[in-house]
Amino acid sequence: MAAVAQETPTQTRTDDAVVRIQGLQAHYGARQVLHDIELTVAPGEIMVIMGGSGSGKSTLLRHLVGLMRPTAGSVELLGVDITRAPALEMQRLRRRIGVAFQGGALFSSMNVLDNIMLPLREHTQLDRQTMEIMARLKLEVVNLAGAEDLMPAELSGGMVKRAAVARAIVMDPALLFFDEPSAGLDPAVSSALDDLILKLREAMNMSIVVVTHELESAFKIADRITVLDQGRILTVDDVAGIRRSDNARIQNLLNRRAENAEVDAETYLRRLTGEAAPAGDPQAAGTKQDAGAV
Amino acid sequence: MQRVAEGIGKGVLRGAEEVGFAGALFLEAVLWAVLGPTRRQPVRLAAVVAQMMQIGVEALPIASVLAATIGMMLAIQSLYSLGLFGAESFATVGIALSVVREFAPLIVGILVAGRSGSALAARFSTMMINQEVDALRVIGISPVRFLIAPALFAMMIMVPCLTMWANIVALSAAGLFVTAQLDISLAAYFADVVAALSVNDLAHGLGKSVLFAALVALVSAVNGALADGGAEGVGRRTTRAVVQSIAAIIMVDMIFAFVVTAG
Ligand SMILES: Nc1ncnc2c1ncn2[C@@H]1O[C@H](COP(=O)(O)OP(=O)(O)O)[C@@H](O)[C@H]1O
Ligand SMILES: [Mg+2]
Repeated sequence: MAAVAQETPTQTRTDDAVVRIQGLQAHYGARQVLHDIELTVAPGEIMVIMGGSGSGKSTLLRHLVGLMRPTAGSVELLGVDITRAPALEMQRLRRRIGVAFQGGALFSSMNVLDNIMLPLREHTQLDRQTMEIMARLKLEVVNLAGAEDLMPAELSGGMVKRAAVARAIVMDPALLFFDEPSAGLDPAVSSALDDLILKLREAMNMSIVVVTHELESAFKIADRITVLDQGRILTVDDVAGIRRSDNARIQNLLNRRAENAEVDAETYLRRLTGEAAPAGDPQAAGTKQDAGAV
Repeated sequence: MQRVAEGIGKGVLRGAEEVGFAGALFLEAVLWAVLGPTRRQPVRLAAVVAQMMQIGVEALPIASVLAATIGMMLAIQSLYSLGLFGAESFATVGIALSVVREFAPLIVGILVAGRSGSALAARFSTMMINQEVDALRVIGISPVRFLIAPALFAMMIMVPCLTMWANIVALSAAGLFVTAQLDISLAAYFADVVAALSVNDLAHGLGKSVLFAALVALVSAVNGALADGGAEGVGRRTTRAVVQSIAAIIMVDMIFAFVVTAG
């Protein structure tokens, strides 16, 4: 990652960016939730989008992966403007990006292997045996070998996320998106997932965009961090830059670390005692504003 | 007063929006069935068959029980009321027409709404809330092609089949009672039934059942797609889907009867 580390962090290489957002505005109904978003991600870079709850991280991610269309502005992935791309080009692009959702979003009616093979089944003409081999390979990458025949309901939280990663990378995408990889996991498991993200970049040379509210995790994996606050980009900087920032809002975020740790412990306890987690973000469910992408 | 009017206005608008959404889903499902294979994105037969098993085959026992009960009930009622005029011999004609044109399609429609409509709505809304639908989209799989079309087509194939089966069971059950009461042979009873029914009557009943099938599938799909708010949202959507399906079936049935008899 020397190439990325060497450049001044706030300077963005625009020539070969794998993600380029320009002038993005997003609304839910009449309410604007993202303002003037500009963002670029360089090849092989790990970009973390960080911000407090309600700052617009999930909304930004939904725009990045084409689940929502912006009211204005453009989103380019691997050189394709997904706000304008025709269906067929979009379909081709979809093979080159992977998304690991917050809750895993595994298909509950299929076992782990079938979940991971689904993108292959839909996008390639490979025979089943070849697809199985490829899927098993990815299961090994995420350290889940042996879980092929388990159903999603039989997996632990950490396993679900790793299976979701395996599905996201099964087509060897150039670009990988993560929504809240640490959410709902205890610290050890969440740290292992961070290692996995670093390993993916190392081994498969992917460019990775991670949305998180966990500072710990952000500092560990990020090349650069984009801080969102109330729907606006507060700053884009590398880890050192964020740490020494004297911006009051960023300091505020940093100091909230203790609070977050508490929430985690609570979630952890809840999981230990088998109590159901509280209902997820309301925005987790799609809305009518969602682009009906085919 | 104005607020009430506004509320009603909004409700009507939302209703119209949902009907439009259902229509769009139907067209998209048909388009996928027709054009999907040329784009290497077919509506998978295996998925349709799996749905057919759940919607049709697994419903056979309960459909049979309901149909037999309805047939028996119709026979008792017909013999009683016609008996008041000494016209029991006409009972078979009345039973045959009622079962084939009205009762079998209606009872099967309502059964499927309660059984499979609720299951579909629960499945769709759970998938929506768990972001499985989002996952399909980012993989590049149309949720309409992958989820809705198989359920819709399975429904439209299996509901008329179930209705045909309900016709047979209901008429047989009615036959048992009628033959015993009127002291005629079962063969004579069925000869009367066949004579009473025209192809038109059968087509009327089965045609309606195809319509009911599409209604149940689309109402469930729309409710699933609009789901939000966790497990509670799933429950709400499921209930709403069943209530709306049954209401839609009964209203469409009435409109159907009206249009056909007027024509
Ligand atoms: N489906 C939705 N409808 C309306 N408002 C929404 C919806 N989803 C999110 N919002 C609002 O948009 C803002 C940004 O939300 P979100 O992107 O989920 O933030 P984050 O992921 O950072 O917590 C919040 O104020 C939230 O209330
Ligand atoms: Mg969020």
